Amino acid sequence: MSKKSSFEDKQMIAGNYWQANLRLVVCLLIIWFVVSFGCGILFKENLDQFSVGGAPLGFWMAQQGSIICFVLLLIAYAFFMNKLDKKHGYEEEEV
Amino acid sequence: MEQTTWNFIFIGISFGVYIGIAIWSRAASTKEYYTAGGGVSPFANGMATAADWMSAATFISMAGGIAAAGYGASKFLMGWTGGFVLLTTLMVPYLRKFGKATVPDFVGDRFYSNAARMVAVICAIFICMTYIMGQMRGVGIVFSRLFDIEIWQGVFIGGGIVYFYAGLGGMKGITYTQVAQYCVMVFAYTIPVIFISMIITGNVIPQLGLIGDYVKEGQEYSQPLLEKINQISTDLGFKEYTKGSGNTLDLFCITAALMVGTAGLPHVIVRFFTVKNVKAVRKSAYWTLSFIAIIYLTAPALGMFARTNFIEEINEKKYQKAPGWFKNWENQGMIAWVDKNKDGIMQYRAGNVFADKPEFDDSKRIENGPRPVTNKIDESSTNEVYYDRDIIVLANPEMAGLPKWIIALVMAGCVAAALSTAAGLLLVLSTSVSHDLMKKIVKPDISDKQEMRYARLASLGAVLVAAYFGINPPSSFVAKTVAFAFGLAASSFFPTLIMGIFSKRVNKEGAIAGMICGIGFTLGYIVYFQFLTDTKEYWLGISPEGIGFVGMLINFSVAFVVSRLTPPPPQEVQDMVEHIRIPKGAGQASDH
Repeated sequence: MSKKSSFEDKQMIAGNYWQANLRLVVCLLIIWFVVSFGCGILFKENLDQFSVGGAPLGFWMAQQGSIICFVLLLIAYAFFMNKLDKKHGYEEEEV
Repeated sequence: MEQTTWNFIFIGISFGVYIGIAIWSRAASTKEYYTAGGGVSPFANGMATAADWMSAATFISMAGGIAAAGYGASKFLMGWTGGFVLLTTLMVPYLRKFGKATVPDFVGDRFYSNAARMVAVICAIFICMTYIMGQMRGVGIVFSRLFDIEIWQGVFIGGGIVYFYAGLGGMKGITYTQVAQYCVMVFAYTIPVIFISMIITGNVIPQLGLIGDYVKEGQEYSQPLLEKINQISTDLGFKEYTKGSGNTLDLFCITAALMVGTAGLPHVIVRFFTVKNVKAVRKSAYWTLSFIAIIYLTAPALGMFARTNFIEEINEKKYQKAPGWFKNWENQGMIAWVDKNKDGIMQYRAGNVFADKPEFDDSKRIENGPRPVTNKIDESSTNEVYYDRDIIVLANPEMAGLPKWIIALVMAGCVAAALSTAAGLLLVLSTSVSHDLMKKIVKPDISDKQEMRYARLASLGAVLVAAYFGINPPSSFVAKTVAFAFGLAASSFFPTLIMGIFSKRVNKEGAIAGMICGIGFTLGYIVYFQFLTDTKEYWLGISPEGIGFVGMLINFSVAFVVSRLTPPPPQEVQDMVEHIRIPKGAGQASDH
């Protein structure tokens, strides 16, 4: 960031960053809710008509599918947040 | 070689490793004691957090619970993993940026109040204390079985080892021992299941068992394993394995309470203070959940395999021809058989054999006969076989006829699971006393050295109290208090931390009122239904395990309303909130 950028600019970047951060988190949490509470509990009976391999889909989502989705969500979170950091100049050193 | 020799070898080697690591990585300053100096790699922290999180209860009891409850046990699977999504997206990156050593530290600073800090300290101590008792008990039981010693001796050995590396080594000591413990746990959990999976489904990857076919005994036709279990279950009078018991609202609330409770557990949160910066926190979070998922994806398969094996090996068999493991565990008091219809054959059906846990009267035992039980027999059911759910993991290698060294490995895994969790809890307990209570409230002018001395003294005190309750558990108290720990974490820490990060408007009046109302409601509900009354007429059918979710909603609502009616937080606090939302510049977690 150049030395000229004023206090307001910094505030604006921080504000934009926070808004983008919130949008990402809300998206991820919607998926989180749908795969666990949605597929595994609320609509479990409806999904059970379908099957993965030998298992009813709703049951499988509750016992394994949701967990796999959770791991993918966290990988996506790390990936998109790192991108967001870079875009707003908040990047940190690799670890 | 004898089984005991194998046990000694496996437990001996693993203990040697833990102690060696503890000596190599002991803490020299409060910074190392509280946060391992803040330089742990995300991968190593992922393993350590996974070990920290998975307790003796997860390791020993979860698969048994799934085998018994089928779909109904999904709440544990989803609840104890889904919490990490909340933890990662809503809490730890911001708390790491804040950069203090403990959770009450954040509560105290963000809500500019020592009263809020004090409430947080009490919650942290209560949550950790209830948890650690169960771990101590677990270690004691495993040791007493392994080496034929009394439970109190087992508790003392376990407590001594934990104190040695957690009390002396601090966060730095426990981090690297937890990495080693995770490795022991993951092998101990999965290796037996791989063997069993090959026998039952013909697949080397046990996690795929859930969607696999049943191929045991070279059957010509193949049938999905779940279909087979559903069929056996309904034949014996159980409900279908893949069906729920009906109360969707209760299942929803329990799952939610376990998730938000997980995200509010202080010993898990502080593990993320040990990595270098916010970027490392994110990376560490997905490693953590991946390592946990290896075991959590195996558990439902194991539960299913075990249920099939158990029924096939036991049901409609003559007692005289029962397999060796059946009699071994009967001698341990974990299995019992009551011949209700006097035909000498074991019938396993739905329903209770007798009331409560079995009490044996061995004086009346006939040679080669079953151990006589003195409990009141439940005549309303034709079920004759009682088993303790915990044997599913412990006896599974024997059920499948696996070699002795695998049984020893499973035992070492149980011990690792209990010790790693106990160590993490002990650390939070000791820092709560030395840092949050002594340094921040009672005696702000103590030196670094003195603070560490307080931490070590506090952890000694905590070990002794935990050992006492591990040896003399107030009857079935420990099991009931698990609901407390999760309920408290869900109704106190989770909402308070979330509001502290995501709202600039919530002030100290709001936060304190919210915490008190949330905890008050949750505690009241749990105490009423667990201790004061025997009725199970829950409000809207929500059981005490799930009430923490409602407590959380109450905390949120009260805090927002009270904050609206009182002045906003001071400018510097609002600036601090802005500051923690930006990841850059977290640097080292500071210790003061």
